[in-house]
Amino acid sequence: MSFDNAYESLLGHEDSHWAFGTGFSEALSGVNREFPAGVDRDDIATYCLMLGDDALIFSQRLSEWCSRAPELEEDIALANIALDLLGQARMLLTRAGEVLGKSEDDLAYLRDEREFRNVHLAEIDCGPGPGGDFGTTIARLLVFSSWRLALFSRLRGSADPVLAAVAEKGLKELAYHRDHAAQWTVRLGDGTDESHRRMQAGLERVWPFVDELFATHPVEARLAGVAVDPASLKSEVDGVLEAVFSAAGLSRPADTRAARVAGMAGRDGVHTEAMGYLLAEMQHLHRSLPGAVW
Amino acid sequence: MSTSWPLWEVFVRGKRGLNHVHVGSLHAPDAEMALRNARDVYTRRNEGVSIWVVPAAAITASSPDEKDPFFSPSGDKVYRHPTFYSIPEDVPHL
Repeated sequence: MSFDNAYESLLGHEDSHWAFGTGFSEALSGVNREFPAGVDRDDIATYCLMLGDDALIFSQRLSEWCSRAPELEEDIALANIALDLLGQARMLLTRAGEVLGKSEDDLAYLRDEREFRNVHLAEIDCGPGPGGDFGTTIARLLVFSSWRLALFSRLRGSADPVLAAVAEKGLKELAYHRDHAAQWTVRLGDGTDESHRRMQAGLERVWPFVDELFATHPVEARLAGVAVDPASLKSEVDGVLEAVFSAAGLSRPADTRAARVAGMAGRDGVHTEAMGYLLAEMQHLHRSLPGAVW
Repeated sequence: MSTSWPLWEVFVRGKRGLNHVHVGSLHAPDAEMALRNARDVYTRRNEGVSIWVVPAAAITASSPDEKDPFFSPSGDKVYRHPTFYSIPEDVPHL
């Protein structure tokens, strides 16, 4: 290479063109996949489904905004976030599948509603369809990413090496998701009367589903050292949300709790009405044409 | 709504790049969001390590009408290139 001009160095030293990026690395390469001793593997699989389904289902919801967001730039931003979460879901479902003897696709496409373990916040319909709103989607993204960021920062210390590695990788992604949501929350909350009204309405819409995020499930309680107790995240997440609400001129909604069925919610496989429609759209291609690939 | 958001020009420094290179433009309500949009639109394939955004309105551009007086006079002055010197092999970035 002669370095005749500055642009030549942009093109890199090998075949791959600068415009397509270089230096990619494989996620989780070299991570020890042994299961930690002394814990129930089925519990680890269930826990991986919980965190994996949160990401998979919310990813599906976010991808519904593609081509429907207020601006092309926001289309891409939300799709990027959806893809980050899909990547987290793939690693977690693969880990669960190692115990259950299933592939990530089996778990994503061939489970029925009662077998999904995601929290309700991930599945509710916040738009772009009827009744939804961009403000509601931003409210959900803010709450979800603030909570998951706090969770993953603790999960880095998990006794399960795969969960720890997934958390380490996901942390940087979630930090960006939270930043993106916070930026929008402040602009909408502190913008016009209309944007403030819709941002506040978005918070009111998602708030009944916040309580479930911090409820400790028996599986999480049994997995001390492997899983994170979500109850331990509450004060940190509350602090983050208060700071954003205060900068945005929004008020924290009154604490209410969405109804449970016999004390059960998403972590037990009991879902809201929206879940069936979401799964129908997400799964129908694979179920109609088993093994279909791009 | 698109018309109400100003246009920003985006410059990205690649991993091995020496300087920021213009990669395109986008719409954003303000500088902070322009930076984030640029991250999402122009660096999602692992292209960059640094981004600049500049309001498109802040760029003063030469006009196509002035092309001849601006650029033609240098067309025959090959002696302005340092090609008459021999460059040692071990001197990069020249």
